[in-house]
Amino acid sequence: MPDPSSKTVMPSQDASAAALTLGASSESKSLGKPRSLWSDAWHDLRRNPTFVISALLILFLILVAVFPSLFTSTDPKRCDLIMGNNGRAPGHPFGFDRQGCDVYARVIYGARASVTVGILVTSGVVLIGGFIGAIAGFYGGAAGSLLSRLTDMFFAIPILLFAIVFLSGFPFRNIWTVVAAIMLVGWPSVARIMRGSVISVKESDFVTAARALGASDMRILARHILPNAIAPVIVVATISLGLFIVLEATLSYLGIGLPGSTVSWGGDINDAQASLRTAPHVLLYPSVALSITVLAFMLLGDAVRDALDPKLR
Amino acid sequence: MSQDTINTTADNRPHDGDPNAPVLEVENLHVEFRTRDGVAKAVTGVTFDLLPGETLAILGESGSGKSVTAQAIMGILDTPPGFVTQGSVRFRGVDIQALPEKERRRYRGEKIAMIFQDALSSLNPVYSVGYQIGEMFRVHRGASRADAKTKAIELMDRVHIPAARQRVNDYPHQFSGGMRQRIMIAIALSLDPDIIIADEPTTALDVTVQAQVMQLLADLQAESKMGLILITHDLGVVADVADKISVMYAGRLIEQARSLDLYSNPAHPYTERLLAAIPRVDMKGQELYTIKGIPPNLTDIPAGCAFHPRCPYAQSICSEKTPPLEVVPGDRRSACHFWKEVLDGSLQIR
Repeated sequence: MPDPSSKTVMPSQDASAAALTLGASSESKSLGKPRSLWSDAWHDLRRNPTFVISALLILFLILVAVFPSLFTSTDPKRCDLIMGNNGRAPGHPFGFDRQGCDVYARVIYGARASVTVGILVTSGVVLIGGFIGAIAGFYGGAAGSLLSRLTDMFFAIPILLFAIVFLSGFPFRNIWTVVAAIMLVGWPSVARIMRGSVISVKESDFVTAARALGASDMRILARHILPNAIAPVIVVATISLGLFIVLEATLSYLGIGLPGSTVSWGGDINDAQASLRTAPHVLLYPSVALSITVLAFMLLGDAVRDALDPKLR
Repeated sequence: MSQDTINTTADNRPHDGDPNAPVLEVENLHVEFRTRDGVAKAVTGVTFDLLPGETLAILGESGSGKSVTAQAIMGILDTPPGFVTQGSVRFRGVDIQALPEKERRRYRGEKIAMIFQDALSSLNPVYSVGYQIGEMFRVHRGASRADAKTKAIELMDRVHIPAARQRVNDYPHQFSGGMRQRIMIAIALSLDPDIIIADEPTTALDVTVQAQVMQLLADLQAESKMGLILITHDLGVVADVADKISVMYAGRLIEQARSLDLYSNPAHPYTERLLAAIPRVDMKGQELYTIKGIPPNLTDIPAGCAFHPRCPYAQSICSEKTPPLEVVPGDRRSACHFWKEVLDGSLQIR
């Protein structure tokens, strides 16, 4: 029932709506084109230095991950034990690790593992969590409760612990097992946020209006609810991407993540630990690379959140 | 809604031919909300007809069941907690409540469309208004995007939105309140429905814009001969446009009459008191009249006449026996034991 207290609520809403319209129409006139929620967010983002810096960093990282050979001609797997733990030398700006491999080349090639795992896990988590959360939120009732409790159960499992147990149970290790391990327990946070977001959008008048105009359930969910509910999920996904990269590094550091044959920052940090006192530079570079990557994704997430929900600022 | 409670005896054949047959017949409609605090009887035994081209106003204060009636007609009640427990809604003789959901959906938008109170929140913020008007054609008629857009511009012209061609790609927040409500009207009009239900269409607008929107609705109705159900709590809004007025209180229809009759001589104490509460310029400086008390809690409606605790004429029978909606001379109805006395003004205020 839209009528209770409508008398008291409407004037203020109308006033703010009018103010909004005024601002928007003068804005749109100066720009000469209509602005949607997304183009509005993009408009904000382009002017946000945090976003610009983090986005450039991430683009650079992706470039490194896809074309590492653009940045180094040294093979990260061609090592010379004689050079073990040596400092920097011409052509080897970061020096050598314990096995005599070029640290710079390994840092460059290590980006691929981290970025791949991060992107794959995040995509998977958004798909699984988003689907379960959207269905739970939209249908509610018994099905919704069941899915929510399932989400809670998975949420209660410590990710690292689960990943360790899961990966130790596998006879082989590769990038897919690591992705699967993190994904299996990483989705509940997305599901929860999606569910909450869908529930709040579901109550909107425009959903009732769409229903009154003859839209089907699926159309309402896909066309009217999801586009309005996806923003918080995007924010969480971006921030989580950094966390998933840390998780992959942690697992590789513990020796149960990516196999030793794959160049990864986590694995290199583990190797570098043995000679920490004699050759700290070997530990420094992959750690810094990891930190910068995670920081870039977190900053991006923050910037996106600010743009999509100015109320949080 | 449960199948077994639907009125199965209703004549389910469409009555063709007769142009003056009612487009909508609502009969003995009961809606209840099953909440944790008990069952709220939001609508109890509402019955009315709507003729082609007719404007019916459903008048009542907040919580009187007028919006729920509209939602029940459209079949968009939140179930649970809302349930239609009894009664039928017939569109041109077809009991639409008995139809499977898929068929019923075709009635929404195509046959019966609805306009909501707050146009800003009723429009999806992520789509342009042109997209949203055009959506009607794409969903119901399978039109292409380009066709839908052309139609959207036509409709925006029809509801007098200036520079429709330039503004078709604008987003809801870029329009003023009155323009947004026109867009809602354009969406509702898009498929030439036989009935438009307008749920407080002007409550969120200021008075001058209210008048424009009401005028637009009246003009469009005259063009297309559609029936209009106007749900409002504002006596001023309906006075000029409504042919018939139904007054609701605590989920029941308590009076039904042609507008002029209702305003000039109400047949129910509630209507009479409502009219007395309208501020008047010649009473400037005096205390405004209010009806004492508050509307009843719908989970605990008083026995007998629901209005009796607030009625200045209440007598012992009023708390014992629920007055039926009786036919009163002059093609009107009243649910008061003393409608005769109310009409001729012979009752004494306690």
